[in-house]
Amino acid sequence: MVAQQVWIGAAAGFAGDRPDSSGPLIEALARHDGPRFLIFETLAERTLALAQLDRLADPARGEVPSLKRLLWPALAPCAAAGIKIIGNFGGANPFGAAAKIKAWAAELGCAGLKIAVVAGDDLRGTFTAADFARLETDGTLLSREPEIISANAYLGADAIAEALDQGADIVVTGRVADPALVLGPLKHSFGWADDDWDRLAAGILAGHLLECGSQVTGGYFADPGVKDVPGMDVLGYPIAEVDPDGTFTITKPAGTGGLVDRRTVTEQILYEIHDPAAYLTPDAILDLTQVELTETGPDRIRVTGARGWPRPETLKATVCFDGGLLAEAEISYAGPNAKSRAALAIETVVKRLAHLHPSLQVRADLIGVVSVFGDTAGARLNATIPNFADGDLRVRFAAETADRAAAECLLDEVEALYCAGPAGGGGVRKRLTPRLRSASCLIDRKRVTPQISLLEMA
Amino acid sequence: MTRAVSLYELAHARSGDKGNRLNIAVICREPRFFEPLRERLTEDFVAGVFRDRKPSAVKRYELPKLHAFNFVLDDVLDGGVNGSLGLDGHGKTLSFLLLSAEIEMPEGLLAPADEASPERMSGGSR
Repeated sequence: MVAQQVWIGAAAGFAGDRPDSSGPLIEALARHDGPRFLIFETLAERTLALAQLDRLADPARGEVPSLKRLLWPALAPCAAAGIKIIGNFGGANPFGAAAKIKAWAAELGCAGLKIAVVAGDDLRGTFTAADFARLETDGTLLSREPEIISANAYLGADAIAEALDQGADIVVTGRVADPALVLGPLKHSFGWADDDWDRLAAGILAGHLLECGSQVTGGYFADPGVKDVPGMDVLGYPIAEVDPDGTFTITKPAGTGGLVDRRTVTEQILYEIHDPAAYLTPDAILDLTQVELTETGPDRIRVTGARGWPRPETLKATVCFDGGLLAEAEISYAGPNAKSRAALAIETVVKRLAHLHPSLQVRADLIGVVSVFGDTAGARLNATIPNFADGDLRVRFAAETADRAAAECLLDEVEALYCAGPAGGGGVRKRLTPRLRSASCLIDRKRVTPQISLLEMA
Repeated sequence: MTRAVSLYELAHARSGDKGNRLNIAVICREPRFFEPLRERLTEDFVAGVFRDRKPSAVKRYELPKLHAFNFVLDDVLDGGVNGSLGLDGHGKTLSFLLLSAEIEMPEGLLAPADEASPERMSGGSR
């Protein structure tokens, strides 16, 4: 039977999202009949590679590390209300994640749940480093054929829809296109055809608006006095109410903080979009240039006008490899003439490193004056240094290298400023972080076969 | 007559990243700002704001139905979040770098000076 309306809530927009967001969503969804879904988007570009490193260290791991924190509070209430869960929290080990979820469900007394695993995104068995070097887009990071840590294709919605068709209550995936977490349940519920491009595009747009969780309900938006958002500490996460023709309303649970209005939705429509007439996904190409937003009530925006075009013959893949070490160290100067002392500290460290490790590029930031707006070459900082006022200043140094000795040298030289630097330097902190780099490839979709496995609960 | 105002008084914005590419959605606080900003907030203007980062390309997309523009800047994120030496490799703060740019606007389009505070420009519906 084709559904009349579908409700989808988004409880997480990234792995570090709030674990208590699902409660109000589940309460709101539980008040409706018909198909209802709760999605968790947890895989940023690098998250999967970090998960792969976890799995190499321990074959039972490799799921998104926050899986239990995010999912545990939602499992029993979703099961009780008949709300199905879809998440890419499987990370580098969807089968391992599913086994854990199965055990937690048993522990929570949720009997008879069907858990499905969507796999097939891992490309390391299909392509070599040389293949990836040839298929790289927007750069040449892979041309030296580094040792690859993870390589995953962005799968589409079909496998998720099929898993739901087979009766899954929980669908665990690795890498899928983020909007597919929403398009999958919509294809399952409405039976949209594979070439119904406008409807698929509408579902992709709904997914695009939900995939970052609270970013459409007042998160990443508040600017006090200009764009005020009530209740940032109790933000409501979004719900899409979708009609069979693909038009939908974005809203949030009653009694929560945050807001849904034209401005929050417009900002999120264009988030991480390049050409608005051609947003490429595995399932269709979305054209959002004709999208219109209508306020239909408090915290309710109706979204119409998505148009779709046939899906691309290629899939995007993200390839991660070792990126050396990031060395960061900071020191503070404050009070009279702090700016000159801070500038002298920068000059001193840069000169020292030029002698000790001439090939190391050292970045300097002056936190509170020029840091995040600055460029690594220092053009903006150098133009600012003569003109800013004294204050409570923090100098930050950063460098990246595969040479541990050079990285440690930078940290040591910043610490040495305690004695051998300008007057009144305090509060040194230093940190060495292993890095993962990532690159994008376009691959022939025929080389990728999604696999669906169903785990039955006893 | 024109007056220099910061883009912040005319628009709100959100930035997003993919690799070493930054996009900034600029959304007019009032629909009437769209046409004058279309003339003034050009690709060259935005490239100028980001000149320190040496963008290899700046592309503007227009969304008249949303009273918005989408700017896509190539190679401005110091390699992107996994490669940048900066604190904000995502470029999440950079929407506010663009919003802090000053732009010459026709006096008649702007609210009187005493009403031009951001509080009056919230454009909210609530």
